[in-house]
Amino acid sequence: MAQEQEIRYLTPKAAENRKKKYCRFKKSGIKYIDYKDPEFLKKFLNEQGKILPRRLTGTSLKYQRKVAQAVKRARHLALLPYVTDMMK
Amino acid sequence: MLNHYETTFILNPVLSEDQTKEVVGKIKDLLTNGGAKILNEEQWGLRKLAYPIKGKTMGFYIVLQFDAEPTMVNTLETAYRRDERVIRFLTFRLDKYAFEYAEKRRNKFSAPAEQKAEVVEEEVVVEPEENKED
Repeated sequence: MAQEQEIRYLTPKAAENRKKKYCRFKKSGIKYIDYKDPEFLKKFLNEQGKILPRRLTGTSLKYQRKVAQAVKRARHLALLPYVTDMMK
Repeated sequence: MLNHYETTFILNPVLSEDQTKEVVGKIKDLLTNGGAKILNEEQWGLRKLAYPIKGKTMGFYIVLQFDAEPTMVNTLETAYRRDERVIRFLTFRLDKYAFEYAEKRRNKFSAPAEQKAEVVEEEVVVEPEENKED
């Protein structure tokens, strides 16, 4: 009985502790994402240089599209690699 | 109808300074002769490419911001394609937010750049001292 209660209690508790994700562009009022700043764009890439999904970064859809566009422009101009390993 | 545009192009790193200047001048002349107004110019100089383009690992970056007729973009890109010294280019229209951003960037880099030039030099001198203390 006691064990059952503990198990039921522990799982939702871990979820409660999780920090709420937010869109950093909405929060800080950034309207345009610059492709000329690869260091900033690297925050949205994994170590293979792939664009991270929204569910991990918390970016809103509107700005995720802009991030994607900026990253693609930067890649075209060789500011960011298309494929890589161990970028971070 | 005039639009705001921004164009970035990468020049072959093998070119001498004069040749680089000549290409940049040629592109700028093309724009101004076609009725475009150049608002900002940034030269980043030689920079390492994230991946090799045409066997080159370095490139000379130039960013131009201009107001022009939409037909100008085609003319410009044709000129890029014809010129072998340009190894990569990107041109796109700035929306209102991008234009605001570009304006801020321009004010940050152009106007205070001359005044800041001395400050920057001082900072460079200060930095190694800090490192020594560490």
